[in-house]
Amino acid sequence: MTVIVVGAGLGGLRAAESLRGQGFEVMVIGDEPHLPYNRPPLSKESLKGGVEVEGLHFRRKHDDIDWRLGAAATGCSLDQRAVYVDDAKYPFEGLVIASGIRPRHLPVPGPQPPVLRTADDALRLRERLTPGTRLLVVGAGFIGCEVAATARQLGCEVMVTAFDAEPMIRPLGAELGAAMKAHHEAHGVEFRLGVGVAEFHEDGATLADGTRLTADVVIEAVGSVPNVEWLHGNDLDLTDGVLADNLLQVAGTDAPVVAVGDIARYPNPRFDDVPRRIEHWNLPTETGKRAGQTLGSLLRGEIPEGDFRPMPAFWSDQYDLGLQSYGQPALGTAVLVDGEWSGDCIVEYVRGDEVIGVVGVNRTKDLMRYRQDIGSA
Amino acid sequence: MKITVDMDKCQHYGQCTFEAPTVFALNDDGKLEYQGEVDDSLADQVEAAADVCPMQAIEIAP
Ligand SMILES: Cc1cc2nc3c(=O)[nH]c(=O)nc-3n(C[C@H](O)[C@H](O)[C@H](O)COP(=O)(O)OP(=O)(O)OC[C@H]3O[C@@H](n4cnc5c(N)ncnc54)[C@H](O)[C@@H]3O)c2cc1C
Ligand code: SF4
Repeated sequence: MTVIVVGAGLGGLRAAESLRGQGFEVMVIGDEPHLPYNRPPLSKESLKGGVEVEGLHFRRKHDDIDWRLGAAATGCSLDQRAVYVDDAKYPFEGLVIASGIRPRHLPVPGPQPPVLRTADDALRLRERLTPGTRLLVVGAGFIGCEVAATARQLGCEVMVTAFDAEPMIRPLGAELGAAMKAHHEAHGVEFRLGVGVAEFHEDGATLADGTRLTADVVIEAVGSVPNVEWLHGNDLDLTDGVLADNLLQVAGTDAPVVAVGDIARYPNPRFDDVPRRIEHWNLPTETGKRAGQTLGSLLRGEIPEGDFRPMPAFWSDQYDLGLQSYGQPALGTAVLVDGEWSGDCIVEYVRGDEVIGVVGVNRTKDLMRYRQDIGSA
Repeated sequence: MKITVDMDKCQHYGQCTFEAPTVFALNDDGKLEYQGEVDDSLADQVEAAADVCPMQAIEIAP
């Protein structure tokens, strides 16, 4: 029996390995020219030191998976059990949706700035981050802030602008966001926050309040769009990714289909029964392995069993600061439990009487104790 | 099986310690310590640890 995996990222790799390990024939269709590689260094160590995709490849446990790289799935028929790459038709018994997300662009006039998602994006950006270059980062989420920190370390002049009032405010809350902003400012980054971009220019941007910012390089890091277009026409729920159940089986179809990684929207009973899409690096591995089991069961005519309660985990390196997060801080209210907002600290995120997330700044080891309390209700 | 962690890559995040707690641990200074050689019965745990390492710093040899 043949399984097709669409998307040759981390989630696709883990699902492919799980299914190959169960004896299925596995073909992976991926639009990037590269075998799966690790993305987080693209805004951190690699962007600083030089991007070499060879050094970022994941180790692979099977040499008999059929990799079709540089080929984008353009369509899919679940009724016919086939994926299309332009005119070519690839039949399957089981399907893994692993096509991830792409960076969003702001719907404003002017030339579209570059973004950072792939190794090729990082290579192009790296070439332009020479000492003295004026960089304008649009978006103050994790990727925007990491690029800002790396660019400062490369000797660029850096300005960050965002609609949000503080950097990383949604995942971290206002207090820790403000503290991170102060760290960046101490390293020479300037901020224009709480105002949107009205227009892009070749040499910068105009903000909604009329401020004109000039820069040699602009980079846009304002969130993501799930890569679902190739699934259209199958009556799936594609509002914000692909809706799946707790065991990653895609909802709304009888075909054996699972979704993994950044594109999957599924409930996690560790927290509640609300399906959510979470872009954290550890989840493609967790969902890939679990979805592999689920699809294997379906293809063997068994009912998938179990309870999937992954712990979302995130980290971010900015200057000498190591942030680590467990759970879903974005769903709770921040409470400082150790240290100072402005320095090394541990912050819990509370919803009702439940601790739903924890973030540590330079507190890796202490954080481990807090991890076990999260979402245990 | 033999385990090597590339200490130039390792950022001491400790993700490996959750998957294979008897093999990997953070010491009092928060630095990673690990066993270089373990029984094959731990293979699944060690594989899982290598998979979850954000820096992909863990290498395994038979
Ligand atoms: C610069 C950067 C820094 C990050 N840093 C961190 C971090 O510090 N910590 C953290 O927790 N997370 C981080 N992340 C997020 C983390 O990397 C992602 O959660 C993870 O890569 C998601 O894996 P995935 O397999 O779901 O998706 P992806 O890795 O995006 O894989 C999907 C693949 O499918 C391909 N594809 C899309 N459409 C098609 C199609 N139609 N046909 C064929 N192929 C297709 C895509 O091109 C891509 O190669 C970072 C991400 C980026 C970009
Ligand atoms: S998970 Fe990787 S980076 Fe983290 S402590 Fe273990 S080996 Fe080091």
